[in-house]
Amino acid sequence: MKEKTVVGDNISRREFLEKSALVAASLCIPTFVGCTKEEAEALLQKHFLELTPTQVEQVLRRMEKENLKKFAKSVKVGTEPAMDKVLFGYGLDISRCIGCRRCVHACVKENNQSRDPEIHWIRVLEFNKEHGIDLPEADPYYCSPNSIHDENSKRVSPHQLTELTAKQKAILEKPESQYPLYHVNSDEDKAEKSACKVPREDHFYIPISCQQCENPPCVKVCPVKATWKEPDGIVVIDYNWCIGCRYCMAACPYGARHFNWAEPKIQAEDINQDMHYLGNRPRPRGVVEKCTFCIQRTRKGRYPACVEVCPVGARKFGNLIDPNSEISYIIKNKRVFILKNELKTRPKFFYFYGL
Amino acid sequence: MRKFFFYSCLLIVFISYVFCSEPSPVSKVTTEWSPGDVETPAPPLSEGIFPCSGCHEGMPVNPKRRQLRDEHTGIVFEHDSKNRWCLDCHNAANRDKLKLASGALVDFSKSYLLCGQCHGPTFRDWKAGVHGKRAGFWNGKKTYFLCVHCHNPHSPRVKPIVPFPAPEPPKGEPLFFGGQKK
Repeated sequence: MKEKTVVGDNISRREFLEKSALVAASLCIPTFVGCTKEEAEALLQKHFLELTPTQVEQVLRRMEKENLKKFAKSVKVGTEPAMDKVLFGYGLDISRCIGCRRCVHACVKENNQSRDPEIHWIRVLEFNKEHGIDLPEADPYYCSPNSIHDENSKRVSPHQLTELTAKQKAILEKPESQYPLYHVNSDEDKAEKSACKVPREDHFYIPISCQQCENPPCVKVCPVKATWKEPDGIVVIDYNWCIGCRYCMAACPYGARHFNWAEPKIQAEDINQDMHYLGNRPRPRGVVEKCTFCIQRTRKGRYPACVEVCPVGARKFGNLIDPNSEISYIIKNKRVFILKNELKTRPKFFYFYGL
Repeated sequence: MRKFFFYSCLLIVFISYVFCSEPSPVSKVTTEWSPGDVETPAPPLSEGIFPCSGCHEGMPVNPKRRQLRDEHTGIVFEHDSKNRWCLDCHNAANRDKLKLASGALVDFSKSYLLCGQCHGPTFRDWKAGVHGKRAGFWNGKKTYFLCVHCHNPHSPRVKPIVPFPAPEPPKGEPLFFGGQKK
């Protein structure tokens, strides 16, 4: 008789395999115990780019159901693909930006960012004109008690603290129909005289969000390929595939990626129901998120929310391939620069001087 | 034969005219420019003030440069006020129109033509969609806001405004950008 293959002293190869399979299976069971069918499906879902059209459809229906349950609101999750012959580019006129932070809060509203803990995809930095663009000295907390600069910047009115006022919320509600500065100015006359107002004397402002690099370092470092560059140039994340290792955050030289340290909290009334799978659908805890040029709007031809809310028209957006687009005009006719050029990330976010 | 020669000459002249002549340059007067695939909302006139002829009709015109005391007292005029005053832009004969330097009259809804007379490069950028605010579609229909939607024509400089709330600083961690005092 043939002798049994012996592993170690007393376990046969067959027994070892049987037992380890059993252990592996029993370890898996707790993962699915207490899981709803949807949660189990989400856990077993494939990478977004490997899903078949039917699977995509199933995933979207599942997400719409999840959101309906969570927010008691019907939402529409889309997967509009990139348009043909389109490469998105963004222009920001730093000679016009007044640092009013309307873009920051319009972005939060449009893209269903967590209100608590707070996540902002746009960060507006205040610079001293005397020193120019000096990133370590920049102040993102101007006109708040946390301002790192002078006392004048800390002198704030109550509604400059954390909460948006009803009036500010109304401005974000319908940005495109809001008249820009003229009416704001006439309202401002009634505001407190002593409150910190922007633009502050001798300061200029640079809002920074994802630069949508052509050579994105964040994509290179992702160990699971959960983030990639789309054909229209937008760097996106599959939140269901992200493992939350935050390598991309370490690799990004612009601080544009944000991590959901806790379960994101959004009030049901604040939810934007027009969603995109790769964009503004509510994210789970433990994944990274970032600006997507408002993929749910721009892939339908609309301007991003920050462009429409900007009261001074400092934000410009368009197709880099189209020679007649606004962004092409800027690159041809204006003095343009990109942030951290020396890193060769090739951002598609162009800062310019419109004056 | 002579007839044939004559006609062929005529034909050659005609062909060369058709193919070689450049279209004569049409002088583009600024009043002809109108936004193509764009909309401009109505100008933000103060409530109840338009039509101006409602009050000014039949009123004698006083062309003397002066401080207004009875009406329009809320207007702060800080727009090259040393060299200009009301009737340089407002039309005395028909108050419901604005007056260009050429004497041509334009509607309040086309006030950009008036502004563009002095602010040429800005007007050029505005037409290209680069100066001023746009809303709508990057690849289609857009709303162009007029100069006067942002700038008070009598006092065009942008006034400081109260910003929206600042972000919360992270707790106990050094910041990525800023926050590090030198």
